[in-house]
Amino acid sequence: MALTMETKNRGGVMLTEQTRKTIDHWVAKFPSDKKRSALIQSLIAAQDQNGGWITPELAESVAEYLDVPPVWAHEVVSFYSMFFTDPVGRHKVNICTNISCWLNGAESMLEHAENKLGVKLGETTADGRITLVREEECLAGCCGAPMAVIDGHYHEQLDIEKLDAILDGLE
Amino acid sequence: MSAEVEQAVDMVNIEVDGIAMQAPKGSMIIESTDRAGIEIPRFCYHPKLSIAANCRMCLVDVEKMPKPVPACATPVMEGMKVYTDSRRAMDAQHGVMEFLLINHPLDCPICDQGGECELQDQAMGYGRSVSRFTERKRVVKDKNVGPLVQTEMTRCIHCTRCVRFLEEIAGTSEMGGAGRGDRVEIGTCVENSIDSEMSGNIIDLCPVGALTNKPFRFAARAWELMARPSVAMHDSVGSSLYYHTRRGEVLRCVPRENETANETWLSDRDRYSHLGLNSDDRVLTPQVKENGDWKSVSWSEAFETVAGIIRTSLEADGPQQMGVLLSPSAASEEYYLAQKLARQLGCNNIDHRLREQDLSDDSARPSGPVFEMKMAAIDECSAVLLVGSNPREEAPIIGHRIRKAWRGGAKVSVINPLDWPFTFDTSLDAVVPPQEMVAELAALAAAVEKASGDSAPPYLRPALDQAEPGERHDELAARLKDADSGLVLLGQFAMSHPGASWLRALAGYIANATRCAFNVLAHGGNSAGAWHAGAVPHRGSEGPDTAAGLNVTQMLNDPLKCYLLWGIEPEYDIDNPARVMNTLAGAGKVISIAAYATGSLREISDVILPLAPFAESEGSMINLDGDTVSFSAAAKLKGDSRPGWKILRRLGGELGIQGFDQVDIGDVRAEMNETGRDDRSPAAEPDLPAVDYGNGLYRIGELPMYSVDALCRRSSSLQQTKQAQSMFLGLNPADAERLGLSEGATARVGQGEHTAEIDVNISARVPEGGAWLRSATCATRELGHAVAVVTVEVA
Repeated sequence: MALTMETKNRGGVMLTEQTRKTIDHWVAKFPSDKKRSALIQSLIAAQDQNGGWITPELAESVAEYLDVPPVWAHEVVSFYSMFFTDPVGRHKVNICTNISCWLNGAESMLEHAENKLGVKLGETTADGRITLVREEECLAGCCGAPMAVIDGHYHEQLDIEKLDAILDGLE
Repeated sequence: MSAEVEQAVDMVNIEVDGIAMQAPKGSMIIESTDRAGIEIPRFCYHPKLSIAANCRMCLVDVEKMPKPVPACATPVMEGMKVYTDSRRAMDAQHGVMEFLLINHPLDCPICDQGGECELQDQAMGYGRSVSRFTERKRVVKDKNVGPLVQTEMTRCIHCTRCVRFLEEIAGTSEMGGAGRGDRVEIGTCVENSIDSEMSGNIIDLCPVGALTNKPFRFAARAWELMARPSVAMHDSVGSSLYYHTRRGEVLRCVPRENETANETWLSDRDRYSHLGLNSDDRVLTPQVKENGDWKSVSWSEAFETVAGIIRTSLEADGPQQMGVLLSPSAASEEYYLAQKLARQLGCNNIDHRLREQDLSDDSARPSGPVFEMKMAAIDECSAVLLVGSNPREEAPIIGHRIRKAWRGGAKVSVINPLDWPFTFDTSLDAVVPPQEMVAELAALAAAVEKASGDSAPPYLRPALDQAEPGERHDELAARLKDADSGLVLLGQFAMSHPGASWLRALAGYIANATRCAFNVLAHGGNSAGAWHAGAVPHRGSEGPDTAAGLNVTQMLNDPLKCYLLWGIEPEYDIDNPARVMNTLAGAGKVISIAAYATGSLREISDVILPLAPFAESEGSMINLDGDTVSFSAAAKLKGDSRPGWKILRRLGGELGIQGFDQVDIGDVRAEMNETGRDDRSPAAEPDLPAVDYGNGLYRIGELPMYSVDALCRRSSSLQQTKQAQSMFLGLNPADAERLGLSEGATARVGQGEHTAEIDVNISARVPEGGAWLRSATCATRELGHAVAVVTVEVA
């Protein structure tokens, strides 16, 4: 029964202790009436807890925990490309194909990775090991082009052997 | 410092299109141009909402600025020269217009907004006649946001007025912009509906046809409609509105600006209630019951029959055996004539306070519901105490104004039987079941007595002497006492309480001793009008009556020989429906004057006269501020219905009573004004009875906001909203566990010999000891008092 009275705050029941801790840490950095400012980091923490992607329910849970309207969390999740709203692999491999990397051979590296993993850009391997993330813009590592961001870590001056080694090393 | 110099300090000189003007420091260019009547196109700017500056339509040319600037977000500066129609300004506006139209569909012929569309108007003024855009337009999937608002999101231009309204004004933040860049979509969170009680306003705010009126969809074109000014009668705010009619039929309703009442808004109740006008059970002809069968008759026959019933009853049983019950939402003129008729016949048994069960303080009650702080002043107050009130539902505009005060820093606290979800924060609250509300308020009164040094009147002593004020009460007392502008608001729930006289007296004392204003929200749209016109048993239109008649509870304790019911459905409109229906079934004769007749009204009535609902009738009401607001008929009368005052005039004539020869409603008003308005409060001390609250759970018979009168109950769209849900019994988790009732289980609720079976809903919003079972609904029409002790068991 969906009653008006029952749209009540359940206090973020879906969040783990670790996530709550991270959120508290970020909330403390902002004025008490500006909890909205902690949304991005809180949602990232929730995404991490859930194996790298976030569901609407989880985002809502974060909003409840922060005591902000759920639609605010929904706005943030849908705005930023680092939030994944569909299931992803255990590892996110994001090969930059923006101008500097492209000039330094990023496209052939991406093609190599696609062939090696048997998935297209944006897809996840069948064993759920790796997602080839579609990069939205320059990843700001031009000095080390070509580069890739893998699980949040920068890997620069890549070539095919190095990339193979990194990909093989992902569990 | 003289006022003139002071003004100059706060003002700057600017020039717009060569016209010199002054503008307050810090104000935006668009405010000055609006004041001066210089037109600047805009979509996202709205004077009542925050500035977003995202549509860019209001770009103007400002001297020395390198590029056009948005007039809505550019503050004025001394010596600023603004050009709204220079080549640069016009080019910028034309450019923005072209971009706005890129993704806008060309579906004006099938769009409800067509003819009253800001985009259409401005495209005529600023757009090209041919589009240069040959690429694909984007399409946005529609969202179902509930029964009141229709979406067509492909038409949306992302002005975010709806988002800002729901966040800032309504306080529910139910909409937002998902996605990014050219993929932004305005909508609700996933598949949620918009449940704000003010949601309809986003229809008016939407400058395009993205959000339109759902029940009105495809019903008419804007240019076919006549705007008829009127007033909403579902609460005593008396919101100003326009009925939009076509050939005499109301097709929709929009707000009419009135800063002292509804500003530019309208609650959904006031906007959508008119849908009930065309209900199937409208009474269209006078009808008389003969041997159990209903027969339509002419008005003359009907009046003869009614006059005959009244005469016979008077002759046989005397005027004391007659009772007149009126809806609390009737027009003042109707109250006046009805009480005049009754009193001329020697009968003082007349009342409109149908949902009140404790009327024991009548002799000491003032001449109407007190409302010391005017509606507009609530915006500015600094502390509010709500006693038995959910203003969001009782009078949405008052709820909105309290939210405004809270946004301005006011502290709000409640003494309520349910933890209602408000759109403002509250603190130092007491959410207690009804049986503890008087004690809780008494504890606060004791703390106030201590803090203020104003000793409480002796009649409050029995409650105060037993009170044990705690720290919270002391803190709240101090907050009220120290407030620059405090308000104690006694709500409709408190008025329905079995100890309402205590709540009135205690809240009145608290307000008085803390120098707070005391406001009362009575049931219905025109309780003040009823009091002043004399539709109460103990005072006529000229002041207190010496011989008080029977009040509503007394009239219904034992059957009288003759009842006159005015605009009432007894099973929904009167407290304790079980007893009411039983009494009326055993009554001699019942004359119903009503717009609608259900089967049960037909069962108890002997005659039914078709009464015009307020949209089809003329009259006046007294709003919360005490102002008399008159309205004229907006729609054509349906069938043979007649305006109430004409029915009473004719009935008075038929009975041969003097003074029923008014020619038009102006004569009735003149007569009412002549008798004057007696605002004297009686000096008598209230006679406060001891209330036995018994043992067991206490029913919290909250009145659902869309069940307040027959019209709302017939508005199909309002009845589909979440606010209208009533088929449940809300229990505190602890009580539910003790009773062995789980979520969704069926419970049997008993009040005396009456029982009802209903599904359980476990909610921490219900205090322990309370049973949340709404009143005025089909589920509870066979039960007793809205607020009373009940038994609850597993069914």
